[in-house]
Amino acid sequence: MSETLPKNNIFKVIGASSLGTLIEWYDFYIFGSLAVIIGHQLFPEDAGASALINTLAIFAAGFIVRPFGALVFGRLGDLIGRKYTFLLTLVLMGGSTFFIGLIPSYKSIGYAAPILVLILRLIQGLALGGEYGGAATYVAEHAPKDKRGFFTSWIQTTATLGLFLSLGVIVITKNILGAETFGDWGWRIPFLLSILLVVVSIYIRMKMHESPMFSKLKAEGNISKNPLKESFNNKANFKMVLLALFGATMGQGVIWYTGQFYAQSFLENTCKLDFNDSRYILLWGIAFATPFFVIFGAWSDKVGRKWIMLSGMLLGIVFYRPIYQTFLDDTDFSKVEQSDILTSKALPSSALLIGNSTDSLRTSATQVILKNGASFNVVKTDTVSNQRGIISGGEMVKDKVLPTPVFWKFVGLIFFQILLVTMVYGPIAAFLVELFPTKIRYTSMSLPYHIGNGVFGGLVPFIATLIASFAGSTPLSGLWYPIGIATLSLIIGTIYLSNKKDESIND
Amino acid sequence: MNALKKFLGLVWMILGPVAMTFLFIQAVEKVGLTHTDIERTNTMLQWGIILFIFLPISLGLMIFGFYAWKGEYDQLPENSEDI
Repeated sequence: MSETLPKNNIFKVIGASSLGTLIEWYDFYIFGSLAVIIGHQLFPEDAGASALINTLAIFAAGFIVRPFGALVFGRLGDLIGRKYTFLLTLVLMGGSTFFIGLIPSYKSIGYAAPILVLILRLIQGLALGGEYGGAATYVAEHAPKDKRGFFTSWIQTTATLGLFLSLGVIVITKNILGAETFGDWGWRIPFLLSILLVVVSIYIRMKMHESPMFSKLKAEGNISKNPLKESFNNKANFKMVLLALFGATMGQGVIWYTGQFYAQSFLENTCKLDFNDSRYILLWGIAFATPFFVIFGAWSDKVGRKWIMLSGMLLGIVFYRPIYQTFLDDTDFSKVEQSDILTSKALPSSALLIGNSTDSLRTSATQVILKNGASFNVVKTDTVSNQRGIISGGEMVKDKVLPTPVFWKFVGLIFFQILLVTMVYGPIAAFLVELFPTKIRYTSMSLPYHIGNGVFGGLVPFIATLIASFAGSTPLSGLWYPIGIATLSLIIGTIYLSNKKDESIND
Repeated sequence: MNALKKFLGLVWMILGPVAMTFLFIQAVEKVGLTHTDIERTNTMLQWGIILFIFLPISLGLMIFGFYAWKGEYDQLPENSEDI
Protein backbone atom coordinates (compact mmCIF):
# COMPACT_ATOMS: atom_id res chain seq x y z
CA MET A 1 0.00 0.00 0.00
CA SER A 2 1.49 3.34 -0.99
CA GLU A 3 2.53 5.66 1.85
CA THR A 4 1.39 8.74 -0.11
CA LEU A 5 -2.21 7.62 -0.24
CA PRO A 6 -4.63 9.05 2.32
CA LYS A 7 -5.05 6.72 5.28
CA ASN A 8 -8.25 6.64 7.25
CA ASN A 9 -8.29 5.54 10.81
CA ILE A 10 -9.58 1.97 10.53
CA PHE A 11 -12.21 2.48 13.21
CA LYS A 12 -13.57 5.54 11.43
CA VAL A 13 -13.66 3.46 8.25
CA ILE A 14 -15.55 0.67 9.99
CA GLY A 15 -17.89 3.10 11.77
CA ALA A 16 -18.79 5.11 8.69
CA SER A 17 -19.21 2.04 6.48
CA SER A 18 -21.20 0.11 9.07
CA LEU A 19 -23.57 2.96 9.89
CA GLY A 20 -24.59 3.43 6.27
CA THR A 21 -24.97 -0.29 5.69
CA LEU A 22 -26.97 -0.67 8.90
CA ILE A 23 -29.38 2.03 7.73
CA GLU A 24 -29.78 0.33 4.37
CA TRP A 25 -30.63 -2.95 6.08
CA TYR A 26 -33.06 -1.11 8.36
CA ASP A 27 -34.77 0.37 5.30
CA PHE A 28 -34.92 -3.01 3.65
CA TYR A 29 -36.32 -4.92 6.63
CA ILE A 30 -39.05 -2.65 7.95
CA PHE A 31 -41.09 -3.78 4.97
CA GLY A 32 -40.77 -7.46 5.94
CA SER A 33 -41.43 -6.77 9.62
CA LEU A 34 -44.67 -4.99 8.71
CA ALA A 35 -45.78 -7.43 5.98
CA VAL A 36 -49.12 -8.25 7.62
CA ILE A 37 -50.11 -4.60 8.18
CA ILE A 38 -48.86 -3.49 4.76
CA GLY A 39 -50.85 -6.37 3.22
CA HIS A 40 -54.03 -4.93 4.74
CA GLN A 41 -53.18 -1.47 3.39
CA LEU A 42 -52.22 -2.51 -0.14
CA PHE A 43 -54.87 -5.12 -0.93
CA PRO A 44 -58.66 -5.47 -0.57
CA GLU A 45 -59.90 -6.13 2.97
CA ASP A 46 -61.32 -9.53 2.06
CA ALA A 47 -58.11 -10.74 0.39
CA GLY A 48 -57.17 -12.78 3.48
CA ALA A 49 -54.09 -15.03 3.22
CA SER A 50 -53.48 -14.06 -0.41
CA ALA A 51 -52.81 -10.47 0.76
CA LEU A 52 -49.98 -11.78 2.95
CA ILE A 53 -48.61 -13.96 0.15
CA ASN A 54 -48.79 -11.05 -2.33
CA THR A 55 -47.10 -8.73 0.17
CA LEU A 56 -44.39 -11.32 0.77
CA ALA A 57 -44.04 -11.51 -3.03
CA ILE A 58 -43.44 -7.74 -3.18
CA PHE A 59 -41.02 -8.14 -0.26
CA ALA A 60 -39.30 -10.95 -2.16
CA ALA A 61 -39.12 -8.85 -5.34
CA GLY A 62 -36.69 -6.57 -3.50
CA PHE A 63 -34.47 -9.58 -2.90
CA ILE A 64 -34.70 -10.90 -6.42
CA VAL A 65 -33.33 -7.71 -7.98
CA ARG A 66 -30.40 -7.55 -5.57
CA PRO A 67 -28.11 -9.50 -7.95
CA PHE A 68 -28.91 -6.98 -10.69
CA GLY A 69 -27.99 -4.16 -8.29
CA ALA A 70 -24.78 -6.05 -7.59
CA LEU A 71 -23.96 -6.06 -11.31
CA VAL A 72 -24.90 -2.42 -11.94
CA PHE A 73 -23.27 -0.89 -8.86
CA GLY A 74 -20.47 -3.45 -8.64
CA ARG A 75 -19.38 -2.44 -12.13
CA LEU A 76 -19.64 1.21 -11.15
CA GLY A 77 -17.61 0.57 -7.97
CA ASP A 78 -14.82 -1.09 -9.94
CA LEU A 79 -14.84 1.76 -12.48
CA ILE A 80 -15.26 4.98 -10.47
CA GLY A 81 -14.46 3.78 -6.95
CA ARG A 82 -16.05 2.38 -3.83
CA LYS A 83 -16.83 5.62 -2.04
CA TYR A 84 -19.02 7.36 -4.60
CA THR A 85 -20.84 4.18 -5.53
CA PHE A 86 -22.05 3.41 -2.06
CA LEU A 87 -22.99 7.05 -1.53
CA LEU A 88 -25.32 6.69 -4.51
CA THR A 89 -26.85 3.47 -3.21
CA LEU A 90 -27.54 5.13 0.14
CA VAL A 91 -29.45 8.00 -1.51
CA LEU A 92 -31.53 5.58 -3.62
CA MET A 93 -32.34 3.40 -0.64
CA GLY A 94 -33.27 6.28 1.68
CA GLY A 95 -35.41 7.98 -0.96
CA SER A 96 -37.40 4.89 -1.91
CA THR A 97 -38.01 3.95 1.74
CA PHE A 98 -39.28 7.45 2.47
CA PHE A 99 -41.69 7.31 -0.47
CA ILE A 100 -43.07 3.91 0.60
CA GLY A 101 -44.14 5.72 3.79
CA LEU A 102 -46.13 8.17 1.66
CA ILE A 103 -47.97 5.72 -0.62
CA PRO A 104 -51.79 5.95 -0.30
CA SER A 105 -53.66 2.77 0.62
CA TYR A 106 -55.70 0.43 -1.65
CA LYS A 107 -58.87 2.19 -0.46
CA SER A 108 -57.63 5.48 -1.95
CA ILE A 109 -55.93 4.50 -5.22
CA GLY A 110 -56.78 0.83 -5.77
CA TYR A 111 -54.18 -1.46 -7.33
CA ALA A 112 -51.92 1.53 -8.05
CA ALA A 113 -50.89 1.23 -4.37
CA PRO A 114 -49.22 -2.20 -4.57
CA ILE A 115 -47.76 -1.37 -8.01
CA LEU A 116 -46.08 1.81 -6.72
CA VAL A 117 -44.78 -0.01 -3.67
CA LEU A 118 -43.44 -2.76 -5.90
CA ILE A 119 -41.49 -0.21 -7.98
CA LEU A 120 -40.02 1.41 -4.87
CA ARG A 121 -39.22 -2.01 -3.46
CA LEU A 122 -37.31 -2.85 -6.64
CA ILE A 123 -35.25 0.34 -6.27
CA GLN A 124 -34.53 -0.67 -2.65
CA GLY A 125 -33.31 -4.06 -3.84
CA LEU A 126 -31.06 -2.56 -6.52
CA ALA A 127 -29.55 -0.14 -4.02
CA LEU A 128 -28.87 -2.85 -1.45
CA GLY A 129 -27.32 -4.98 -4.18
CA GLY A 130 -24.73 -2.26 -4.65
CA GLU A 131 -24.24 -1.30 -1.02
CA TYR A 132 -23.04 -4.40 0.76
CA GLY A 133 -20.24 -5.39 -1.63
CA GLY A 134 -18.93 -1.84 -1.54
CA ALA A 135 -18.89 -1.61 2.24
CA ALA A 136 -17.29 -5.04 2.72
CA THR A 137 -14.68 -4.37 0.03
CA TYR A 138 -13.96 -0.91 1.39
CA VAL A 139 -13.34 -2.17 4.94
CA ALA A 140 -11.35 -5.21 3.82
CA GLU A 141 -9.10 -3.06 1.67
CA HIS A 142 -8.24 -0.99 4.75
CA ALA A 143 -7.75 -3.96 7.11
CA PRO A 144 -4.42 -5.60 8.00
CA LYS A 145 -4.14 -9.12 6.55
CA ASP A 146 -4.32 -10.94 9.90
CA LYS A 147 -7.43 -9.03 11.03
CA ARG A 148 -9.51 -9.05 7.86
CA GLY A 149 -12.13 -11.39 9.31
CA PHE A 150 -12.33 -9.36 12.50
CA PHE A 151 -12.73 -5.98 10.82
CA THR A 152 -15.17 -7.08 8.12
CA SER A 153 -17.26 -8.87 10.75
CA TRP A 154 -18.39 -5.44 11.96
CA ILE A 155 -19.98 -4.93 8.55
CA GLN A 156 -21.56 -8.36 9.02
CA THR A 157 -23.28 -7.25 12.24
CA THR A 158 -25.13 -4.50 10.37
CA ALA A 159 -27.68 -6.75 8.66
CA THR A 160 -28.79 -8.19 11.98
CA LEU A 161 -28.59 -4.83 13.77
CA GLY A 162 -30.61 -3.27 10.94
CA LEU A 163 -33.27 -5.89 11.59
CA PHE A 164 -33.01 -5.20 15.33
CA LEU A 165 -33.39 -1.45 14.75
CA SER A 166 -36.38 -1.97 12.46
CA LEU A 167 -38.12 -4.23 15.00
CA GLY A 168 -37.30 -1.82 17.84
CA VAL A 169 -38.65 1.23 16.00
CA ILE A 170 -41.80 -0.67 15.03
CA VAL A 171 -42.49 -1.94 18.57
CA ILE A 172 -41.84 1.49 20.14
CA THR A 173 -44.00 3.29 17.56
CA LYS A 174 -46.81 0.81 18.02
CA ASN A 175 -46.68 1.02 21.81
CA ILE A 176 -46.77 4.83 21.72
CA LEU A 177 -49.59 5.11 19.17
CA GLY A 178 -51.65 2.06 20.09
CA ALA A 179 -52.46 -0.91 17.85
CA GLU A 180 -55.38 0.71 16.01
CA THR A 181 -53.62 3.98 15.10
CA PHE A 182 -50.49 2.06 14.17
CA GLY A 183 -52.46 -0.19 11.81
CA ASP A 184 -54.22 2.86 10.36
CA TRP A 185 -51.32 5.25 9.63
CA GLY A 186 -48.64 4.78 12.31
CA TRP A 187 -46.90 2.04 10.29
CA ARG A 188 -45.69 4.80 7.97
CA ILE A 189 -43.51 6.40 10.66
CA PRO A 190 -40.66 3.81 10.54
CA PHE A 191 -40.46 4.40 6.77
CA LEU A 192 -40.49 8.19 7.03
CA LEU A 193 -37.93 8.15 9.83
CA SER A 194 -35.43 6.60 7.44
CA ILE A 195 -34.77 9.91 5.68
CA LEU A 196 -33.21 11.39 8.85
CA LEU A 197 -30.92 8.39 9.32
CA VAL A 198 -29.84 8.52 5.69
CA VAL A 199 -28.97 12.24 5.81
CA VAL A 200 -26.71 11.63 8.83
CA SER A 201 -25.04 8.70 7.12
CA ILE A 202 -24.46 10.60 3.86
CA TYR A 203 -22.81 13.42 5.81
CA ILE A 204 -20.42 10.96 7.48
CA ARG A 205 -19.61 9.09 4.28
CA MET A 206 -18.91 12.30 2.35
CA LYS A 207 -15.92 12.81 4.64
CA MET A 208 -14.38 9.42 3.88
CA HIS A 209 -11.50 8.81 1.48
CA GLU A 210 -11.40 6.31 -1.34
CA SER A 211 -10.07 2.81 -0.62
CA PRO A 212 -6.22 2.86 -0.71
CA MET A 213 -6.02 -0.25 -2.92
CA PHE A 214 -8.46 1.17 -5.46
CA SER A 215 -6.69 4.56 -5.38
CA LYS A 216 -3.38 2.79 -6.04
CA LEU A 217 -4.82 0.88 -9.00
CA LYS A 218 -6.32 4.09 -10.37
CA ALA A 219 -3.06 6.01 -9.97
CA GLU A 220 -1.25 3.25 -11.86
CA GLY A 221 -3.94 3.21 -14.57
CA ASN A 222 -4.74 -0.43 -13.81
CA ILE A 223 -8.46 -0.26 -13.09
CA SER A 224 -10.63 -2.63 -15.06
CA LYS A 225 -11.98 -1.33 -18.38
CA ASN A 226 -14.92 -3.73 -18.30
CA PRO A 227 -15.46 -5.35 -14.87
CA LEU A 228 -18.45 -7.42 -15.98
CA LYS A 229 -16.54 -8.96 -18.87
CA GLU A 230 -13.44 -9.59 -16.74
CA SER A 231 -15.51 -11.09 -13.93
CA PHE A 232 -17.69 -13.45 -15.91
CA ASN A 233 -15.93 -13.96 -19.24
CA ASN A 234 -12.70 -15.00 -17.59
CA LYS A 235 -13.12 -18.71 -16.82
CA ALA A 236 -10.65 -18.70 -13.92
CA ASN A 237 -12.67 -15.97 -12.20
CA PHE A 238 -16.11 -17.21 -13.21
CA LYS A 239 -15.51 -20.68 -11.78
CA MET A 240 -14.68 -19.04 -8.42
CA VAL A 241 -17.91 -17.01 -8.64
CA LEU A 242 -19.84 -20.29 -9.10
CA LEU A 243 -17.94 -21.98 -6.27
CA ALA A 244 -18.59 -19.04 -3.93
CA LEU A 245 -22.30 -19.20 -4.77
CA PHE A 246 -22.95 -22.94 -4.54
CA GLY A 247 -20.40 -23.78 -1.86
CA ALA A 248 -20.95 -20.88 0.51
CA THR A 249 -23.38 -18.00 -0.06
CA MET A 250 -26.34 -20.18 -1.10
CA GLY A 251 -26.30 -22.12 2.19
CA GLN A 252 -25.38 -19.04 4.19
CA GLY A 253 -28.35 -17.16 2.72
CA VAL A 254 -30.98 -19.71 3.73
CA ILE A 255 -29.51 -20.06 7.23
CA TRP A 256 -29.62 -16.27 7.65
CA TYR A 257 -33.20 -15.84 6.51
CA THR A 258 -34.57 -18.89 8.27
CA GLY A 259 -33.13 -17.87 11.64
CA GLN A 260 -34.08 -14.25 11.52
CA PHE A 261 -37.00 -13.87 9.16
CA TYR A 262 -38.83 -17.13 8.71
CA ALA A 263 -38.66 -17.64 12.48
CA GLN A 264 -40.55 -14.41 13.10
CA SER A 265 -43.03 -15.11 10.32
CA PHE A 266 -43.59 -18.63 11.72
CA LEU A 267 -44.15 -17.41 15.29
CA GLU A 268 -46.57 -14.71 14.16
CA ASN A 269 -48.48 -16.38 11.33
CA THR A 270 -48.31 -20.11 12.09
CA CYS A 271 -48.08 -20.16 15.89
CA LYS A 272 -50.34 -17.07 16.11
CA LEU A 273 -48.23 -15.39 18.75
CA ASP A 274 -49.04 -11.87 19.85
CA PHE A 275 -47.49 -9.15 17.59
CA ASN A 276 -45.28 -7.74 20.36
CA ASP A 277 -44.35 -11.13 21.86
CA SER A 278 -43.01 -12.46 18.56
CA ARG A 279 -40.90 -9.33 18.10
CA TYR A 280 -39.64 -9.21 21.70
CA ILE A 281 -38.44 -12.81 21.34
CA LEU A 282 -36.50 -11.93 18.20
CA LEU A 283 -35.12 -8.72 19.73
CA TRP A 284 -33.72 -10.61 22.73
CA GLY A 285 -32.32 -13.36 20.53
CA ILE A 286 -30.56 -10.80 18.31
CA ALA A 287 -29.24 -8.84 21.29
CA PHE A 288 -27.62 -11.94 22.82
CA ALA A 289 -26.26 -13.36 19.57
CA THR A 290 -24.93 -10.29 17.73
CA PRO A 291 -21.49 -10.21 19.46
CA PHE A 292 -20.81 -13.64 17.96
CA PHE A 293 -20.51 -12.13 14.47
CA VAL A 294 -17.31 -10.46 15.64
CA ILE A 295 -16.19 -13.52 17.63
CA PHE A 296 -16.54 -15.88 14.66
CA GLY A 297 -15.11 -13.27 12.26
CA ALA A 298 -12.00 -12.88 14.45
CA TRP A 299 -11.73 -16.64 14.99
CA SER A 300 -11.78 -17.18 11.22
CA ASP A 301 -8.56 -15.12 11.01
CA LYS A 302 -6.91 -17.87 13.06
CA VAL A 303 -8.51 -21.13 11.89
CA GLY A 304 -9.77 -20.23 8.40
CA ARG A 305 -13.26 -19.37 7.18
CA LYS A 306 -14.49 -22.64 5.69
CA TRP A 307 -15.24 -24.92 8.63
CA ILE A 308 -16.88 -22.24 10.76
CA MET A 309 -19.32 -21.45 7.96
CA LEU A 310 -20.03 -25.09 7.10
CA SER A 311 -20.56 -26.04 10.77
CA GLY A 312 -23.29 -23.38 10.97
CA MET A 313 -25.02 -24.95 7.96
CA LEU A 314 -24.77 -28.47 9.40
CA LEU A 315 -26.28 -27.44 12.74
CA GLY A 316 -29.17 -25.73 10.93
CA ILE A 317 -29.88 -28.85 8.86
CA VAL A 318 -29.96 -31.03 11.99
CA PHE A 319 -31.86 -28.78 14.38
CA TYR A 320 -34.39 -26.75 12.36
CA ARG A 321 -37.21 -29.30 12.45
CA PRO A 322 -36.96 -30.07 16.20
CA ILE A 323 -36.82 -26.33 16.96
CA TYR A 324 -39.90 -25.47 14.90
CA GLN A 325 -41.77 -28.51 16.23
CA THR A 326 -41.12 -27.14 19.73
CA PHE A 327 -42.53 -23.76 18.65
CA LEU A 328 -45.70 -25.51 17.48
CA ASP A 329 -46.07 -27.76 20.55
CA ASP A 330 -45.54 -24.99 23.08
CA THR A 331 -48.06 -22.65 21.45
CA ASP A 332 -50.76 -25.28 21.10
CA PHE A 333 -53.48 -24.14 23.51
CA SER A 334 -56.12 -26.48 22.12
CA LYS A 335 -55.81 -28.87 25.07
CA VAL A 336 -56.31 -26.25 27.80
CA GLU A 337 -58.47 -27.63 30.63
CA GLN A 338 -61.18 -25.58 32.33
CA SER A 339 -59.18 -25.80 35.57
CA ASP A 340 -56.21 -24.03 33.87
CA ILE A 341 -58.27 -20.90 33.11
CA LEU A 342 -57.98 -17.94 35.44
CA THR A 343 -60.41 -15.57 33.70
CA SER A 344 -62.34 -15.42 30.48
CA LYS A 345 -64.10 -12.33 29.10
CA ALA A 346 -65.86 -11.36 25.89
CA LEU A 347 -64.28 -8.59 23.79
CA PRO A 348 -66.33 -6.11 21.70
CA SER A 349 -67.56 -7.70 18.47
CA SER A 350 -67.40 -6.13 15.00
CA ALA A 351 -69.22 -6.54 11.67
CA LEU A 352 -68.00 -6.08 8.09
CA LEU A 353 -70.18 -5.99 4.95
CA ILE A 354 -69.24 -8.57 2.31
CA GLY A 355 -68.70 -6.84 -1.06
CA ASN A 356 -71.90 -5.18 -2.36
CA SER A 357 -74.26 -7.66 -0.70
CA THR A 358 -76.29 -7.13 2.46
CA ASP A 359 -74.56 -10.10 4.11
CA SER A 360 -71.93 -9.32 6.69
CA LEU A 361 -69.12 -11.01 8.60
CA ARG A 362 -69.55 -10.79 12.37
CA THR A 363 -66.39 -11.25 14.41
CA SER A 364 -66.62 -11.96 18.12
CA ALA A 365 -63.69 -12.66 20.42
CA THR A 366 -63.14 -13.97 23.92
CA GLN A 367 -59.96 -13.25 25.83
CA VAL A 368 -58.75 -16.16 27.95
CA ILE A 369 -56.11 -15.74 30.66
CA LEU A 370 -54.53 -18.88 32.10
CA LYS A 371 -53.21 -19.43 35.60
CA ASN A 372 -49.64 -19.88 34.32
CA GLY A 373 -49.62 -16.32 32.91
CA ALA A 374 -50.37 -17.22 29.28
CA SER A 375 -53.27 -15.60 27.45
CA PHE A 376 -54.94 -15.80 24.07
CA ASN A 377 -58.01 -14.66 22.16
CA VAL A 378 -60.56 -17.09 20.71
CA VAL A 379 -61.93 -15.37 17.60
CA LYS A 380 -65.13 -16.59 15.98
CA THR A 381 -66.31 -15.34 12.59
CA ASP A 382 -69.94 -15.87 11.53
CA THR A 383 -71.68 -14.87 8.32
CA VAL A 384 -74.93 -12.99 8.96
CA SER A 385 -77.25 -13.32 5.96
CA ASN A 386 -80.74 -11.84 5.50
CA GLN A 387 -81.85 -14.89 3.54
CA ARG A 388 -79.96 -17.71 5.25
CA GLY A 389 -79.72 -16.44 8.82
CA ILE A 390 -76.49 -16.88 10.80
CA ILE A 391 -73.97 -19.27 9.27
CA SER A 392 -71.50 -20.32 11.91
CA GLY A 393 -67.81 -19.97 10.94
CA GLY A 394 -64.72 -21.48 12.44
CA GLU A 395 -62.89 -20.51 15.61
CA MET A 396 -59.31 -19.35 15.65
CA VAL A 397 -56.95 -18.98 18.60
CA LYS A 398 -54.67 -15.98 18.10
CA ASP A 399 -52.75 -13.18 19.86
CA LYS A 400 -51.13 -15.76 22.11
CA VAL A 401 -48.99 -14.43 24.95
CA LEU A 402 -46.59 -17.01 26.36
CA PRO A 403 -45.96 -17.80 30.03
CA THR A 404 -42.57 -16.42 31.13
CA PRO A 405 -40.59 -19.73 31.14
CA VAL A 406 -41.80 -20.59 27.62
CA PHE A 407 -41.06 -17.04 26.44
CA TRP A 408 -37.41 -17.40 27.52
CA LYS A 409 -37.22 -20.89 26.07
CA PHE A 410 -38.27 -19.39 22.71
CA VAL A 411 -35.65 -16.63 23.14
CA GLY A 412 -33.08 -19.42 23.63
CA LEU A 413 -34.22 -21.22 20.49
CA ILE A 414 -34.10 -18.01 18.43
CA PHE A 415 -30.70 -17.19 19.96
CA PHE A 416 -29.43 -20.59 18.82
CA GLN A 417 -30.68 -19.98 15.28
CA ILE A 418 -29.04 -16.55 15.16
CA LEU A 419 -25.85 -18.09 16.56
CA LEU A 420 -25.84 -20.27 13.45
CA VAL A 421 -26.33 -17.10 11.41
CA THR A 422 -23.24 -15.58 13.04
CA MET A 423 -21.24 -18.72 12.17
CA VAL A 424 -22.14 -18.67 8.49
CA TYR A 425 -22.23 -14.90 8.08
CA GLY A 426 -19.47 -13.55 10.35
CA PRO A 427 -16.54 -14.80 8.22
CA ILE A 428 -18.14 -14.61 4.76
CA ALA A 429 -17.17 -11.04 3.80
CA ALA A 430 -13.47 -11.80 4.36
CA PHE A 431 -13.91 -15.12 2.54
CA LEU A 432 -15.39 -13.42 -0.54
CA VAL A 433 -12.96 -10.52 -0.58
CA GLU A 434 -10.00 -12.91 -0.53
CA LEU A 435 -11.38 -14.87 -3.46
CA PHE A 436 -11.16 -12.09 -6.07
CA PRO A 437 -8.58 -9.51 -7.31
CA THR A 438 -8.95 -5.80 -6.47
CA LYS A 439 -9.85 -4.51 -9.92
CA ILE A 440 -12.96 -6.69 -10.25
CA ARG A 441 -13.56 -7.44 -6.56
CA TYR A 442 -16.67 -5.29 -6.09
CA THR A 443 -18.42 -6.89 -9.09
CA SER A 444 -17.21 -10.45 -8.55
CA MET A 445 -18.02 -10.78 -4.85
CA SER A 446 -21.33 -8.90 -5.02
CA LEU A 447 -22.99 -11.28 -7.47
CA PRO A 448 -22.63 -14.58 -5.57
CA TYR A 449 -23.37 -12.79 -2.31
CA HIS A 450 -26.63 -11.33 -3.57
CA ILE A 451 -27.78 -14.43 -5.43
CA GLY A 452 -27.09 -16.47 -2.29
CA ASN A 453 -28.72 -14.00 0.08
CA GLY A 454 -31.18 -12.17 -2.14
CA VAL A 455 -32.56 -15.09 -4.14
CA PHE A 456 -31.96 -18.25 -2.10
CA GLY A 457 -32.17 -16.53 1.29
CA GLY A 458 -34.65 -13.76 0.59
CA LEU A 459 -37.15 -16.20 -0.86
CA VAL A 460 -37.20 -18.37 2.30
CA PRO A 461 -40.29 -16.73 3.89
CA PHE A 462 -42.11 -16.63 0.56
CA ILE A 463 -41.30 -20.15 -0.69
CA ALA A 464 -41.67 -21.72 2.76
CA THR A 465 -45.07 -20.05 3.21
CA LEU A 466 -46.07 -21.16 -0.28
CA ILE A 467 -45.02 -24.78 0.38
CA ALA A 468 -46.84 -24.79 3.71
CA SER A 469 -50.03 -23.65 1.93
CA PHE A 470 -50.08 -26.70 -0.40
CA ALA A 471 -52.73 -29.34 0.17
CA GLY A 472 -51.44 -32.15 2.39
CA SER A 473 -48.53 -30.14 3.78
CA THR A 474 -47.83 -29.67 7.48
CA PRO A 475 -46.78 -26.41 9.16
CA LEU A 476 -43.20 -27.72 9.08
CA SER A 477 -43.18 -28.55 5.35
CA GLY A 478 -41.81 -25.12 4.45
CA LEU A 479 -38.57 -25.97 6.25
CA TRP A 480 -37.61 -28.47 3.56
CA TYR A 481 -36.60 -25.56 1.35
CA PRO A 482 -33.86 -24.10 3.60
CA ILE A 483 -32.81 -27.59 4.77
CA GLY A 484 -32.43 -28.83 1.18
CA ILE A 485 -30.49 -25.78 -0.03
CA ALA A 486 -28.22 -25.79 3.04
CA THR A 487 -27.51 -29.51 2.55
CA LEU A 488 -26.51 -28.97 -1.09
CA SER A 489 -24.26 -26.06 -0.16
CA LEU A 490 -22.72 -28.02 2.72
CA ILE A 491 -21.79 -30.91 0.41
CA ILE A 492 -20.33 -28.63 -2.27
CA GLY A 493 -18.49 -26.48 0.28
CA THR A 494 -17.03 -29.47 2.11
CA ILE A 495 -15.69 -31.08 -1.05
CA TYR A 496 -14.64 -28.14 -3.20
CA LEU A 497 -13.76 -25.19 -0.93
CA SER A 498 -10.28 -24.61 0.40
CA ASN A 499 -9.70 -23.50 3.99
CA LYS A 500 -6.62 -21.49 3.02
CA LYS A 501 -6.74 -17.72 3.45
CA ASP A 502 -5.33 -15.39 0.82
CA GLU A 503 -2.83 -13.34 2.84
CA SER A 504 -2.43 -10.61 0.21
CA ILE A 505 -5.49 -9.06 -1.39
CA ASN A 506 -3.45 -6.15 -2.75
CA ASP A 507 -3.50 -7.47 -6.32
CA MET B 1 -10.72 -36.41 -3.44
CA ASN B 2 -10.22 -35.25 -7.03
CA ALA B 3 -12.05 -38.33 -8.33
CA LEU B 4 -14.96 -37.53 -6.02
CA LYS B 5 -14.98 -33.91 -7.22
CA LYS B 6 -15.17 -35.09 -10.82
CA PHE B 7 -17.86 -37.71 -10.15
CA LEU B 8 -20.00 -35.18 -8.27
CA GLY B 9 -19.51 -32.83 -11.22
CA LEU B 10 -21.71 -35.21 -13.19
CA VAL B 11 -24.29 -35.15 -10.38
CA TRP B 12 -24.42 -31.32 -10.45
CA MET B 13 -24.75 -31.35 -14.22
CA ILE B 14 -27.76 -33.64 -13.94
CA LEU B 15 -29.20 -31.90 -10.89
CA GLY B 16 -29.58 -28.55 -12.73
CA PRO B 17 -32.14 -29.73 -15.34
CA VAL B 18 -33.76 -32.16 -12.87
CA ALA B 19 -34.40 -29.31 -10.42
CA MET B 20 -35.83 -27.12 -13.17
CA THR B 21 -38.10 -29.91 -14.43
CA PHE B 22 -39.31 -30.51 -10.87
CA LEU B 23 -40.00 -26.79 -10.39
CA PHE B 24 -41.82 -26.60 -13.72
CA ILE B 25 -44.04 -29.61 -12.87
CA GLN B 26 -44.75 -28.12 -9.44
CA ALA B 27 -45.64 -24.79 -11.03
CA VAL B 28 -48.08 -26.34 -13.51
CA GLU B 29 -49.65 -28.49 -10.80
CA LYS B 30 -50.01 -25.75 -8.17
CA VAL B 31 -51.23 -23.06 -10.56
CA GLY B 32 -53.79 -25.58 -11.84
CA LEU B 33 -55.10 -26.09 -8.30
CA THR B 34 -55.99 -22.42 -7.76
CA HIS B 35 -59.34 -20.93 -8.70
CA THR B 36 -58.91 -19.12 -12.03
CA ASP B 37 -62.08 -17.13 -11.48
CA ILE B 38 -60.62 -15.45 -8.40
CA GLU B 39 -57.75 -13.27 -9.57
CA ARG B 40 -56.24 -12.81 -6.14
CA THR B 41 -55.72 -16.50 -5.42
CA ASN B 42 -53.95 -17.19 -8.70
CA THR B 43 -50.27 -17.90 -8.09
CA MET B 44 -49.23 -17.94 -11.75
CA LEU B 45 -47.21 -14.73 -11.42
CA GLN B 46 -45.36 -15.98 -8.33
CA TRP B 47 -44.47 -19.27 -9.99
CA GLY B 48 -43.47 -17.46 -13.18
CA ILE B 49 -41.04 -15.33 -11.18
CA ILE B 50 -39.64 -18.39 -9.38
CA LEU B 51 -39.03 -20.18 -12.69
CA PHE B 52 -37.50 -17.05 -14.27
CA ILE B 53 -35.08 -16.60 -11.37
CA PHE B 54 -34.06 -20.21 -10.88
CA LEU B 55 -33.57 -21.03 -14.57
CA PRO B 56 -30.22 -19.18 -14.90
CA ILE B 57 -29.16 -20.47 -11.47
CA SER B 58 -29.74 -24.09 -12.51
CA LEU B 59 -27.78 -23.32 -15.68
CA GLY B 60 -25.00 -22.04 -13.41
CA LEU B 61 -25.13 -25.31 -11.46
CA MET B 62 -24.71 -27.23 -14.70
CA ILE B 63 -21.69 -25.12 -15.67
CA PHE B 64 -20.28 -25.60 -12.17
CA GLY B 65 -20.74 -29.35 -12.59
CA PHE B 66 -19.06 -29.23 -16.01
CA TYR B 67 -16.05 -27.40 -14.59
CA ALA B 68 -15.86 -29.90 -11.72
CA TRP B 69 -16.07 -32.83 -14.12
CA LYS B 70 -13.29 -31.31 -16.26
CA GLY B 71 -11.08 -31.06 -13.15
CA GLU B 72 -11.09 -27.25 -12.93
CA TYR B 73 -11.51 -27.44 -9.14
CA ASP B 74 -8.81 -30.07 -8.56
CA GLN B 75 -6.32 -27.34 -7.74
CA LEU B 76 -7.78 -24.08 -6.47
CA PRO B 77 -5.76 -20.85 -6.87
CA GLU B 78 -3.53 -20.13 -3.85
CA ASN B 79 -4.52 -16.45 -3.94
CA SER B 80 -6.49 -14.02 -6.07
CA GLU B 81 -3.31 -13.07 -8.02
CA ASP B 82 -3.50 -16.50 -9.68
CA ILE B 83 -6.91 -15.70 -11.18
